[in-house]
Amino acid sequence: MSVQPATGAAGFLARYDGLRDRLPGDPAPRDAAARAFRTLGLPGAAAGRREEAWKYTSLRPLADAPFHAPLSTVGADAAGLLRLAPARLVFLDGRYRPDLSNQPDGATFASFADAPTFGTLARPERDPLVALNTMLAEDGARIEIPAGVDAGVVQLASLATEAQGRSTAFHPRHAIRLGAGARLTLLETATGAGAYLHNPVTEIVLDPGAVLHHVRLADEAAGAFHLATIYAELAEGAVYDGFTLVLGARVARSEFHVRLAGADARAAINAAQLLGGTQHADVTSVVRHDAPRGTSRQAVKNVLTGRSRGVFQGRIEVARDAQKTDGYQMSQALLLSDQAEIDTKPELEIFADDVKCSHGATVGALDPEQMFYLRSRGVPEAEARAMLVHAFLTDALEAVAHEPTRAALDAAVTGWWERAGA
Amino acid sequence: MLEIKGLAASVVGKPILRGIDLVLPSGEVHAIMGPNGSGKSTLSYVLAGHGDYEVTAGTVTFEGADLLAMAPEERAAAGVFLAFQAPIELPGVGNANFLRTALNAVRRARGEAELDAVQFLRLAREQAKLLAMADDMLKRNVNVGFSGGEKKRNEVLQMAILRPRLAILDETDSGLDIDALKIVADGVNAQRRPEFSALVITHHQRLLERLVPDRVHVLAGGRIVRSGGPELARELEARGYAALTAEAA
Repeated sequence: MSVQPATGAAGFLARYDGLRDRLPGDPAPRDAAARAFRTLGLPGAAAGRREEAWKYTSLRPLADAPFHAPLSTVGADAAGLLRLAPARLVFLDGRYRPDLSNQPDGATFASFADAPTFGTLARPERDPLVALNTMLAEDGARIEIPAGVDAGVVQLASLATEAQGRSTAFHPRHAIRLGAGARLTLLETATGAGAYLHNPVTEIVLDPGAVLHHVRLADEAAGAFHLATIYAELAEGAVYDGFTLVLGARVARSEFHVRLAGADARAAINAAQLLGGTQHADVTSVVRHDAPRGTSRQAVKNVLTGRSRGVFQGRIEVARDAQKTDGYQMSQALLLSDQAEIDTKPELEIFADDVKCSHGATVGALDPEQMFYLRSRGVPEAEARAMLVHAFLTDALEAVAHEPTRAALDAAVTGWWERAGA
Repeated sequence: MLEIKGLAASVVGKPILRGIDLVLPSGEVHAIMGPNGSGKSTLSYVLAGHGDYEVTAGTVTFEGADLLAMAPEERAAAGVFLAFQAPIELPGVGNANFLRTALNAVRRARGEAELDAVQFLRLAREQAKLLAMADDMLKRNVNVGFSGGEKKRNEVLQMAILRPRLAILDETDSGLDIDALKIVADGVNAQRRPEFSALVITHHQRLLERLVPDRVHVLAGGRIVRSGGPELARELEARGYAALTAEAA
């Protein structure tokens, strides 16, 4: 006899109570996270509560959905797995699968299940989904690149399998550390089938001069919730170069907390979201400049069809000592339907006096003169629209240096357009 | 091949064309001259199928088909080409990709085999060279950062690649220096063949010295007020539109 699990925050807390003694690692941080989660709840789920960080995104649909714990992925079908790089760490329903993985050269790897320590960057006491993750994390990837090593490209793949024929929730906990001068292109892919919650937390530490290119492709199933929180801390001269492409999921949120702790660090948090139907996707970022001469760039593009809704909330904080900071934030939206909606909220909080910070936003439809020009040359209307949508994304995609990755992103955009566009 | 009868058209409710009659036989080049605001560009947009222009009366027949019933891309496939007076910039669209997509769309619609990347580049480089265009113009985004002259040459390049049966050149000579003018005129002359015709909209006699028209029409107030041979262009140059349109009125 199966019992329908409790839903919402109560369901997750009940699950923690049942699982507590079997979860890996020290229970103290988990207990603290559970207390925080009990207080914070799921954003938007409790009536009357409204947090600024969740102004445009409600997790009420998540609160109403029952989730089961993934029991076992043995025998699960990995057919839907994207294979974009030879070095590959594969997680099915949140569990590490060594049989499907090829460990990277030049990097040390351990699964969270085997080395269950929490990092110091995540803030479960403030961020409800991070509390949820900390409470229930069972597995994840811990990748360390020694100083001076170029570890090339590593794919971190998440695949939700629908192996049990019911909704599952998984909360991977990833930790990435690059030693001084080390380099890595980390390619994260998130795909799957069915209805599920993928709630990863990633903590990234970049030592002086380290360079991380972090490309994320979130192409989850139409019934999925993709709620990712990424923390990064950059030492002197370190570079975090992030690009996220969101196409799937019923509700997606990519939340970044990036701190430029050392001088001359550079951060890019770029994203593109392609949405249709009733999809909702949110990019939220907090970039904190704590040291001089830091540079941050954020360009978020939304292409919205149907009744979809895109959100970009970006905050730049500049501490008193972070003189000569150069921060820039841009939101561009292409609305292909009257019922689509974009919400953009830039915030600047500046305590230094010699800084350059700016933001901008554009919202528009396809340009009818450009459409006519293409059609007058014989390009059929649907193809002309596809060309202009692709053109809108060109500069974002071209910034991805790794060729197979860029090709995969291009293919994802084309596939999305064939499903959602025309 | 092109027959315009009693064509009237408006833009946002304002009548611009007030009854145009024009026959352009195959193999001929006709010039359309006229003062600003006489409806020359409106005529070219109506023939190409721009959605902002509403046809309120008249017919346009192109090789026996009702041109006005066709979508812009169908007109292009049928062989109509408009060289824009102000070519549109397409940021994020590479010129070579644009040209190849257009050519293959037109070839597909005509039931011809598409060109692969290698075949296309050979053709494009050859045509670009004839127009004295730098190789990198194929790599750049369509018209983005092009000078006025480069944009006009790019229009002629598109025409050379698409090989239309009817080319409408809307002030393709404006903003060109003498050398560029010669290149553009040579580009159009290279298209001349029995099944090609062109409607050349211009303000200036100097283009028509190199691109000699079979007929010249003077458009004023949304009507053709006078038609004649190439000598009419020289007369216009000497006497101005005012004298001619006054006589016609």
